[in-house]
Amino acid sequence: MIEMLNVYKKYPNGITAINGLSVRIEAGEFVYVVGPSGAGKSTFIKMIYREEKATKGTIKVGDFDLMTIKEKNIPYLRRYVGVVFQDFKLLPKLTVYENIAYAMEVVEKNPKAIQKRVLEVLELVGLKHKVRMFPNELSGGEQQRIAIARAIANTPHILIADEPTGNLDPDTSWEIMKILEEISNQGTTVIMATHNSQIVNVVKHRVLAVENGRIVRDQLEGDYGYEA
Amino acid sequence: MKPRTVKRHIIDSFKSLKRNGWMSLAAVSAVTVTLLLVGTFIAMLMNVNKLATDIENDVSVRVYIDLAANEDQQKELQTELETLENVDSVEFSSREDELKQVVGSYGDEFNLFDGDDNPLYDVFIVNTDVPENTAPVAKQIEDLEYVTQVNYGGATADSLFKTMNTVRNIGAVVIVALILTAVFLISNTIRITIFSRRTEIEIMKLVGATNWYIRWPFLIEGALIGLVGAIIPVAILSFVYVTAYGIGTDFLKGTYFGLLAPNPFLYQVGGLMLAIGIIIGAIGSFMSIRKFLKV
Repeated sequence: MIEMLNVYKKYPNGITAINGLSVRIEAGEFVYVVGPSGAGKSTFIKMIYREEKATKGTIKVGDFDLMTIKEKNIPYLRRYVGVVFQDFKLLPKLTVYENIAYAMEVVEKNPKAIQKRVLEVLELVGLKHKVRMFPNELSGGEQQRIAIARAIANTPHILIADEPTGNLDPDTSWEIMKILEEISNQGTTVIMATHNSQIVNVVKHRVLAVENGRIVRDQLEGDYGYEA
Repeated sequence: MKPRTVKRHIIDSFKSLKRNGWMSLAAVSAVTVTLLLVGTFIAMLMNVNKLATDIENDVSVRVYIDLAANEDQQKELQTELETLENVDSVEFSSREDELKQVVGSYGDEFNLFDGDDNPLYDVFIVNTDVPENTAPVAKQIEDLEYVTQVNYGGATADSLFKTMNTVRNIGAVVIVALILTAVFLISNTIRITIFSRRTEIEIMKLVGATNWYIRWPFLIEGALIGLVGAIIPVAILSFVYVTAYGIGTDFLKGTYFGLLAPNPFLYQVGGLMLAIGIIIGAIGSFMSIRKFLKV
């Protein structure tokens, strides 16, 4: 569960990115975040995993109060929230297997559990057969699937995808979408910032439109609502 | 921390030492030069300190008797000396005895001064009960009649202590400057290491690795640089000191003074240098990582 109440975020350079935003997202929801560039989408997303700290207001994610959270507890918030980026952020020198295992090793999971879980998430994203390959031997869509597999390896309650299909062609985007749906169906909350009107209009979910640092539209089964 | 994690951190730190070979070497050399000087200073200061203390603890005061004093007056002086507080014993050493000592220490050429040419004084050698009383007793004797001059180890010790203080102050400034340089070089090396691993760090933070988990490999790397940098100067200092100790001991043979024996002195200084190296390294990396870990 995510709850934001009257949240403001002003950057040191004077730009106010979030301007009195309030929203509540329940566990297990699938939410699109749409809006023009520079509207505050990215800041909104980053505040959920505390990459950015709000200037004012209340933010609660699960049991974490992000306004009062101590520095040393942020790692535990990050294990609660998985993140996927437009540019994948895979380690080029590690194989597919190692990339995913890495995320579990650094939170000190035991080797048996790591092996089991890595194969499990690879199965989910349908790339079990490419386990020994390196990221540069994979297509963009495949790399994004690995990034998703890595993000859910530590079984987060919330998965955040920041324009996951931004670099991908339409066909590949649909594959990614299918995987996110699957993850959502398993009970994980999915929050996806996107510019992909086609996906938003076809696979109907709750839509949050962000403009000028506020939510201007909150619609269940909504559509994209902007010119593509 | 789990043993598996420890192993992983150590392997990681060795890997990045290798990856940034030249920078690591530069940082190691900086530590080596720094610690070589630090070690030399420490060895010198501690030995000067030891000599000064030895001299200070030399409990006898030499009282030079005025040439004008006749035998009765000398006797009188001796009685006066013996009745002073804190005086343990008073010995008489005639100018002939004194000359014999000089000849014994410096050679037969001084036999020329035998007889009436003897330029030396008759001397009372006054021993105090404890070293601390040497200086006050010497002060009191100075005021007595028929005394030309009073000498005791303390005067020499005082000037030695003064010299040592100057040396120590200059040394401290140089050492601090060198340590700062070494810390700076190490922190730069670690910064490059961090930079080449920034994607890894970013991912580690995103998936919820603790700050300490991220920090450890870099701290170990810095400490290793410091440790390797310390081993070389410890070896050099040990070799040089053992040699110097041999020469110095020969030179001071037969005197009441001596240098600090290599055992345990070298172990103490060596241990201290290794510790300084490791601490410099750890501080250097800690400074670099701090900025990178800010969320």
